[in-house]
Amino acid sequence: MKENSICATRDLIQKKRIKVSEVLNNCLEIISRTEPKIGALLSVQEEQSRTLAMEMDRKGPDSEKPLWGIPLTIKDVICTKDAPTTCGSRILGNFTPCYDATLVSRLRRAGAIILGKTNMDEFAMGSSTENSAMQQTRNPWDLTRVPGGSSGGSAASTAAGQALGSIGTDTGGSIRQPASFCGVTGLKPTYGRVSRFGLVAFGSSLDQAGPIACNAADCAALLNVISGHDPLDSTSADLPVPDYAGSLALRNDLKGLKVGLPEQYWEGGMSPEVDSVCRAALEQIRSAGAETVQVQLPHSPHAVAAYYIIAMAEASSNLARYDGVRYGVRDDTARELPDMYCKTRSLALGEEVQRRIMIGTYVLSAGYYDAYYKKAAQVRRLIYHDFVQAFDACHLLCSPVVPFTAFHLGEKIEDPLQMYLMDIFTASLNLAGLPGMTIPAGLGRETGMPVGIQLMGPAFSEKLILQTAHVLEPYLPSLPRPAALNE
Amino acid sequence: MKIDEETVARIAVLARLEPTPEQIGRFARQFQDIIGYMNGLNTVDTAQVEPMYSPSENMSVMREDVCRKDHNRKDILANAPRHDEQYFIVPRII
Repeated sequence: MKENSICATRDLIQKKRIKVSEVLNNCLEIISRTEPKIGALLSVQEEQSRTLAMEMDRKGPDSEKPLWGIPLTIKDVICTKDAPTTCGSRILGNFTPCYDATLVSRLRRAGAIILGKTNMDEFAMGSSTENSAMQQTRNPWDLTRVPGGSSGGSAASTAAGQALGSIGTDTGGSIRQPASFCGVTGLKPTYGRVSRFGLVAFGSSLDQAGPIACNAADCAALLNVISGHDPLDSTSADLPVPDYAGSLALRNDLKGLKVGLPEQYWEGGMSPEVDSVCRAALEQIRSAGAETVQVQLPHSPHAVAAYYIIAMAEASSNLARYDGVRYGVRDDTARELPDMYCKTRSLALGEEVQRRIMIGTYVLSAGYYDAYYKKAAQVRRLIYHDFVQAFDACHLLCSPVVPFTAFHLGEKIEDPLQMYLMDIFTASLNLAGLPGMTIPAGLGRETGMPVGIQLMGPAFSEKLILQTAHVLEPYLPSLPRPAALNE
Repeated sequence: MKIDEETVARIAVLARLEPTPEQIGRFARQFQDIIGYMNGLNTVDTAQVEPMYSPSENMSVMREDVCRKDHNRKDILANAPRHDEQYFIVPRII
């Protein structure tokens, strides 16, 4: 997949060895071939993209624009001006924003072509993309399996080569888990690194957008562009943005790097094939020169419970805005306003979304607020302190991403609690607001499906995470083309 | 505590949702499981622990209170299910 990378393509365009239109046509050809199989895209902006590509070819490459002519997809929870943004929900089935999210304007200014919008679990609530109200996305490695979620469309699309990269969002693992299931690289930045303006809110204190791409260098190139302070998001960090892409060349090995292995994660009940791929990756981390040390994250067994209380509480508040008044669908049968709210929401929100809104309402309601929401926020601080203490003993942490490889469509959808428990290795990081990255580490022996490994770091340590991933890549087995796309 | 169908129906009213009787039954069973799992937090000693509501704490962002026009009325109204080109139109309120 390297030849289809952002960095390599950008260099070819800049040297005028290939035209933007040719790059775009190649993507469109792959889309027409793979999309009937994987169903990763909710919309394709084909005409606008073709016009833009031709205009770019007429002007010639602009070396000041780091993503000049690079076709990308965007998760459909991120607003794109004049292109549908459905959040995978019937309630926004006809919603077309009149503005771009800040990260989308930054990508456009850098010369990227926004080629399509990717499928997702409705409002990013899910771990398999099966909660999309629009369509079923399938894993490019095995069409009977899920791509993961909630950014399942972004991961599947990138794995299939439909575009050169994608922007997903991660509230409890929604970039890292599908990246692991689809054999691609995905980075959840530190909370506040990337502006959330124009990202339709699910859990406002947890949500963060980040890149999904073929390798660490491509993630760095995307992060360079989308990071930075935004006056339109009061939680965006007013800190300088390092040159992530440029800093990759500064490190050739992992000598002097201490990598912590959280005991609770490594002994956390992985399937044998995930365990074996992840342990082999650890050997490679040591071969590259790093030292590994065992560390403790003692409160991590409570992370999933704390995470779901907080995420559902925030969701119940955020999703109160879908009332059939300002945008989206309305049930027109109601004769009075409160009745219209209820009918519209029951008609057009999916069952998982309703489930989370209701549990969120419950944990915030009088009499239960202290027992659930406040308690979860206290446990959140303990989890945060666990990380702070762990980083006293090491520079980065390394762990599995998910306990198993991609499961079969329909296998877990009837049991919401089992689906939630899958976030065991990812949700803590969102509670603490820290950055984490999935790197493909190999294929599972039993299922033949991709397995990822996770690097986690202190706040705003994306540079070190990306450098480490970049050094590690040649040590890890390179994945073949996704099996199900071969025939 | 037991989450029964009556509790689910009461939450639904607060959340402005109208689940079907069949959904209420299913939600009651699932909520019992999920909230039962969440009750596991009670085993954690959190005395004297300050709640953490956001990773970006103590951020109070101020700006000058100046008028800006970022969007046109027409563009905003274009997404509304019903409008009269001036206002959102809703069913009877009182």
